[in-house]
Amino acid sequence: MMSRIQLITIIINVLFLIYISRLIIKGKLREEYAIVWWVCTGVLLLFALWTQGLDIMSNLFGVYEPANLVFTGFIFVILTYLLHLSVVNSKLQRNMTTITQELALLKEKTDQKAED
Amino acid sequence: MQQKVLIMIPCYNEADALPLLLKELLALKLPAYQLTFLVINDCSKDNTFEVAKKFPIKVLDLPTNLGIGGAVQSGLKYAKNNGFDIAIQLDGDGQHPPDQIIELLNAREKFDADLVIGSRFLDKKGFQSSFMRRIGIKYFYRLNQLLTGNNIYDSTSGFRLMGAKAINIAVNYYPDDYPEPESLVTFSKAGLKIKEVPVVMSHRLGGVSSISNSSSLYYCVKVTMSMLFSFIRKPK
Repeated sequence: MMSRIQLITIIINVLFLIYISRLIIKGKLREEYAIVWWVCTGVLLLFALWTQGLDIMSNLFGVYEPANLVFTGFIFVILTYLLHLSVVNSKLQRNMTTITQELALLKEKTDQKAED
Repeated sequence: MQQKVLIMIPCYNEADALPLLLKELLALKLPAYQLTFLVINDCSKDNTFEVAKKFPIKVLDLPTNLGIGGAVQSGLKYAKNNGFDIAIQLDGDGQHPPDQIIELLNAREKFDADLVIGSRFLDKKGFQSSFMRRIGIKYFYRLNQLLTGNNIYDSTSGFRLMGAKAINIAVNYYPDDYPEPESLVTFSKAGLKIKEVPVVMSHRLGGVSSISNSSSLYYCVKVTMSMLFSFIRKPK
């Protein structure tokens, strides 16, 4: 028999998965960024179904309080993902600089042609 | 044969100072060189673009604000695309007097330098900058000396001449903000000959420095980091 919190978690997770899928289908989210969300939701779903899982994993890692394992694990994942976003952001900025420069050079060229 | 020289003037909100500067520049007579003037409007909020357009010069109008490094790099791309031998960067606020341009060109001829920096500090003449600013500049002098072995006193100076070799390097990589000290590391790692000459600078006629007091600490940290990473980075 499932506990109430287990049911709530599973429902929210499934809704989240559907939402991510919809974003991808509509083209609002690139698959490469969606992977991490899929994996995170998947992990949450796994532990929602497998109730002893967290205790077993905590024992395995030698963590005293299972909750601490959850926090440590997720903080690590979040920080890694933030770093990934910074990398993406840097790349976007570099691309934008190039586009801005090329656009200005092109504009100068066409203006020059118009004047001649 | 005359050498083709591009005088680049990166501008951000310099509509007040620009007319006087451009008049002085256009009056410049350097028979040995073929001069072209290029104002780079870094998406100014005032009417810098319209002011610059009134003069018989070239204007690059950046549709987004890139910062001084990105603006200068677009000028360098222009220089490369149009076959210029030399590019000279001159601030749009009138700090760098046009009559000193010849000093940079002479230094290039005399020492066959790929990069010539106009320095405030070699001769103690003209505007010398504030006390804190001078401490920062001293610090960068030491750091630069440590990393490259060059003795460049005014490594933050934006008054500089770049030869074809330097232009070719900078079109591929030039830092976005506070590019001057960092680019010295990149250039010197590429084996370019860097020379510093004394010039007399004046107070800016208008506009504000891109480095305010509150951000000067950030400036130091950011530039130190960039210089160190440029030092480690393999040249392409």
